[in-house]
Amino acid sequence: MEKENLVDILQQHPFLLGLSDEHMQTLVGCASNVRFNEGAYVIREGELANSFYLIRTGRVALEMDMPGRAGLRIQTTGAGEILGWSWLISPYRWHFNGIAVADTRAIALDGECLRRKCEEDPVFGYDLLKRLAQVMERRLEATRLQLLDLYGTTASGVGA
Amino acid sequence: MRQMSQVARSSAGDPMTPHPVMIRRIIWENDDTFTLTIDPSDEMEGYQFLPGQFNMVYVYGIGEAAISISSNPSRTGTLDHTIHRVGTVTTALAQKKRGDMIGLRGPYGSSWPIDIARGKDVCIVSGGIGLAPLRPVIYTLLAERAAYGRIIVLYGGRSPLDLLYRVELEKWANEHNIEVLVTVDRGDSSWKGHIGVVTALFSYIKLDARATVAYVCGPEIMMKYTLNELDRRGLAPDQVYLSMERNMKCAIGICGHCQFGPTFICKEGPVYPLPRVRALLDRKEL
Repeated sequence: MEKENLVDILQQHPFLLGLSDEHMQTLVGCASNVRFNEGAYVIREGELANSFYLIRTGRVALEMDMPGRAGLRIQTTGAGEILGWSWLISPYRWHFNGIAVADTRAIALDGECLRRKCEEDPVFGYDLLKRLAQVMERRLEATRLQLLDLYGTTASGVGA
Repeated sequence: MRQMSQVARSSAGDPMTPHPVMIRRIIWENDDTFTLTIDPSDEMEGYQFLPGQFNMVYVYGIGEAAISISSNPSRTGTLDHTIHRVGTVTTALAQKKRGDMIGLRGPYGSSWPIDIARGKDVCIVSGGIGLAPLRPVIYTLLAERAAYGRIIVLYGGRSPLDLLYRVELEKWANEHNIEVLVTVDRGDSSWKGHIGVVTALFSYIKLDARATVAYVCGPEIMMKYTLNELDRRGLAPDQVYLSMERNMKCAIGICGHCQFGPTFICKEGPVYPLPRVRALLDRKEL
């Protein structure tokens, strides 16, 4: 895909809204267009985490391997969202499986390339980290809510 | 906004005396939630309710529980109550069969203000059994579908098997131009839908903040986080309504069991405009 087209796609992704032209040029050098058919593994638990995905269309389920039983799906990430931050955190291994539950298109950003550029340009790196931290904060909040098992205890109708 | 319906009080005029009604049907929605369809008695002729109102349902010899009415308000002849089996009364109700008699009094409480949504978009956010009091809203909107803009239903459940009204959810989406987004807390490999809390679904919709009315019902903490999302998207508090739950006993504002700050939920609620209860939601131990 042409670099210009990739820039257009990246600029439209909510994760990158407002990213400066300079940083966009930095980022696009690490980007490639990818596609996963329904049922395909996007990431696999324990494998080297060397990609960061910006989901364009479709949906990916995060699944934990459960010894002796089927995997447990704990979260999905879809259009306009991101998948994976293990590329940023040593030892760069995926903690979950990611399985496309619908045909999925994404921009894959090479993790090693991104880390190198973050080191070379700390302003770019800080901008990227702030964006990731926002996503992490929202997901942590969501995970805490999930842990509460909200829907199991309320009575019978009035109000819930 | 509070609109008390008048009808199904006791024929003797005692608001605490339930009418005997017959169970026509029980449909299990999931392992611990069922929809009870009843035939109103002759004494209840002319019974009407508004979306969001509730009845007190009485199991003779056991006790009463406040249950939202989950059927279509324009449909006369039967009443649905979707009930989560969690306590003594609801467990006793779960053991009832077609033809059994139970007691009923109501309807009580305030209703969702649907007229204010005319010409606007409607965003319905619900979790778990919270979809039950909102189902009459959806029926009412569908009766005049063209009078409203987008209708968005965001619904969260514990697991795919716990979701209520799955057939209707699909029908609303496929046949009635409703944007239905469903999510569950955890799923298995057969579930292709969203997994995560209901507030995460806001990532997939765009709201016109100035032209959207939101109706929210679910566990209180879910509603608090939902209100944060609506606030982030610019909805003014007076465009947001929510349904509160507290332990109801008399349902007529006498006993005080359902007191919520300065209000009694059975009388002024369960449906409130957000500005009325916003400060109370953040108060501890209320």
